Amino acid sequence: MRRAAACGLDASWKMSLDKPADTAWHRGALAAALLAVDPRGLGGLTLRARASPVRDAFCKAFAHFPHPMNRLHPSASDETLFGAMDLSATLAAGEIVKTAGLLDRSQTLILTMAERTSPQLAARLALALDGPDAPCLIALDEGAEPDESLLDSLKDRLAFSIDLTDSSRSSIVACEWDIEGARARLESVDTPQTTPASIVEVCTTLGISGARAPLFALRAARALAALEEHTSVLDSDVETACALTLAHRATRLPEPLSEDAAPPPEPSGSDNNETHAAGMELPQELLLEAVRALIPDGLLDRIAAGKSRAARGSGTGARKRGSLRGRPLPSRPGKPGGNARVDIVATLRTAAPWQTIRAAARPDHHGLHLRPDDIRIKHYEDRADRLLIFAVDASGSSALARLAEAKGAVELMLAQAYARRDHVALIAFRGTTAEILLPPTRSLVQTKRRLSALPGGGGTPLAAGLKATLSLADQALRKGMTPTLALLTDGRANIALDGTANRGEAAADALQMAAALRGAGLDSIVIDTGRRPERSLELLAGALGGAYIPMPRADAARMADAVTARLET
Amino acid sequence: MTQPFPFSAIVGQDEMKRAMVLTAIDPSIGGVLVFGDRGTGKSTAVRALAALLPPIIAVKGCPVNSEAVALVPDWADSAGKSTHQIPTPVVDLPLGVSEDRVTGALDIERALTRGEKAFQPGLLARANRGYLYIDEVNLLEDHIVDLLLDVAQSGENVVEREGMSIRHPARFVLVGSGNPEEGELRPQLLDRFGLSVDVTSPTDIEERVEVIRRRDAYENDNAAFMLRWQAEDAAIRDRILTARKALRDLKTPESTLRDVAELCVALGSDGLRGELTLLKAARAYAAWRDDTALTRGHVRDVAAMALRHRLRRDPLDEAGSGVRVGRVVEDVLG
Repeated sequence: MRRAAACGLDASWKMSLDKPADTAWHRGALAAALLAVDPRGLGGLTLRARASPVRDAFCKAFAHFPHPMNRLHPSASDETLFGAMDLSATLAAGEIVKTAGLLDRSQTLILTMAERTSPQLAARLALALDGPDAPCLIALDEGAEPDESLLDSLKDRLAFSIDLTDSSRSSIVACEWDIEGARARLESVDTPQTTPASIVEVCTTLGISGARAPLFALRAARALAALEEHTSVLDSDVETACALTLAHRATRLPEPLSEDAAPPPEPSGSDNNETHAAGMELPQELLLEAVRALIPDGLLDRIAAGKSRAARGSGTGARKRGSLRGRPLPSRPGKPGGNARVDIVATLRTAAPWQTIRAAARPDHHGLHLRPDDIRIKHYEDRADRLLIFAVDASGSSALARLAEAKGAVELMLAQAYARRDHVALIAFRGTTAEILLPPTRSLVQTKRRLSALPGGGGTPLAAGLKATLSLADQALRKGMTPTLALLTDGRANIALDGTANRGEAAADALQMAAALRGAGLDSIVIDTGRRPERSLELLAGALGGAYIPMPRADAARMADAVTARLET
Repeated sequence: MTQPFPFSAIVGQDEMKRAMVLTAIDPSIGGVLVFGDRGTGKSTAVRALAALLPPIIAVKGCPVNSEAVALVPDWADSAGKSTHQIPTPVVDLPLGVSEDRVTGALDIERALTRGEKAFQPGLLARANRGYLYIDEVNLLEDHIVDLLLDVAQSGENVVEREGMSIRHPARFVLVGSGNPEEGELRPQLLDRFGLSVDVTSPTDIEERVEVIRRRDAYENDNAAFMLRWQAEDAAIRDRILTARKALRDLKTPESTLRDVAELCVALGSDGLRGELTLLKAARAYAAWRDDTALTRGHVRDVAAMALRHRLRRDPLDEAGSGVRVGRVVEDVLG
């Protein structure tokens, strides 16, 4: 993490020497300007930055966007989005009063805390963005962790992705563009015949599938040409547009260019005066190089680590109460609005006894006499998703045959998890570290693939394995899932948390982590895969507050049954 | 309102287009499930199909698009007495939709303001005799899935809530799309889809460039573009209508029935829905191709899309089920 940040700093410093204006800030400002020129065609942008003066300065650029502009937060309800009846006003006025939805009355939507957007909201926004009167969406992503970010389904529909996390105040440069003029010129910009082909080729090389990315690149190029007062799209426009729209979508790196290739072109900039003959085929290398310079560090790692957040339907897990879905509970008095749903029957029933008195008090009012405190709100009980975390000991002491058996057991448990619609995650620990082989998912095929590729050998860093489990469980809890741990090990911990080979310390560390896991409220099962029952593991299970199942002759089917029996209780 | 992208202008994705045309020819096949990557034109194709479908005759103002005045449900007080032509309804079912909106519920506004007990029809009513489209179907909440399963099976929506007892026809073609990376679909719902296709991004550069060109033309030169493809869309529409008529006279030889049954036995697909759908799809395909009799070739061409999602699923099997169907088809039909 730190290394990556240093690299980023280094790169931007070098760039600023070459070209004072080309920083993340400048690219962002250019993207915002392009979006202002063609808001409908480009869909929107996601801006990744914590709330800061830099972000505030950047948001000033949004003044050019089509109005009315409205803010939207991730827990916005359907009523907020699509409009609904205003119950209080309706009751007061005695006739239907409707509120307009944000989608109906906004040209530009600013989605704050975009990383917390639920798949449901994302789906609605995606529908709106695909529709004929698409708003322009600006997603302000304040995610702190790499895996906290806007959902891919929404990101895919926005042309630009700007990261100002590492930008400091000094990078703020005032940028002035003639947005209005450019918007007027946009219609008349010509596109050379070969442009789509060269854009598609770049997409293919970068492993970008889907038709949205190249379309965005094409439109951005056109908007840029309009902005720069070119009559037709120039190669430099295409280059910049590709860099802005494609870099964050890359799923593989292009082959590095050989040393003797042409020197990489200036990536972008409004002061780029060299103009290629319009219509001439643009060398692929130049385009690619422009994009490659902007592919963020660690992007590919993130892709390898797991492409998307798993689905969230309701499965089985702990109970949680809410006003949205699940088994109905008796309704309670409350205020309408937000996500609350009014229980009409209960409301009317509450109001019924008072009708005569209220009618006498207000003879001029016809119809039903309802007061705001009659209103009853529906409540539901739902079950949270369950996440089954498998922490598998792949050390040398869990000799290979036993590792195979453990894998077999995990596979059987996976099949049962599938039937229960649980999420599963897989952590393996060996050598000196633990590794999250599979972040929470429901895809069993993926789990199985990762599992079968799991190598064995090395020490037993039990504490590290438990630590990885804890952080994973923590994330799951925050997402509203109920994590359960199945630990498969022979228990001979010999690597301490700091990576040194020290039996005593390793055991102490493991116990400490176990206590922390118990503190986090994790249900757990310890499965002893050793040849003889291990006393220290029983202690560990005690510290975890979980069951200890010795499997001196671990038999996959028996092990899976034991776990299932335990989980069913 | 801008018109949707023309169906005939969709580049490639032949299997998806074929599956959609087959359900248009014979709606009783039971819908299409499209699974594939983002941005491969799943939604575009569904919306394009809507524009392509022949219009239907419905009673004016009827909430369930009844064909004749006699069929209008008694609770629908807004329905008129005459019929008119309307486009085939294609109704979107967004994720996170509430139960009330799907099945319909007590009309809150009328209950509060006029003190009347009236039924406000939901999405299922609107989708009657048309299409119900669910984008990201694999992310749909379980309780909504349960509702849909029941209605898709019986063709009737029964509402028993808030002191109301209402039933109305809800026969629709279910079209779902989704990205398998984001979650799996429950087998029960999977089974309700007649056909299933997997779409991938085209790998051919020329094809991809053509996609971009057409989409760009659609957006920047809409009028000319629509004019250019209107004729082709009309041709497909005529062909669908012709095929619908031809379907009645299409002969089904005994040997083909045997082929279909053998194929399903060899694949071990659950229940008889597989056979029936395969047969219907093959017949629709034969009618589309303007052939007079059903042959083994028709069955072979639609086997994958009719059966791939019906195999008894081994959750840990990695090979795509399309491949498995292909292998068995080779074995059985030679």
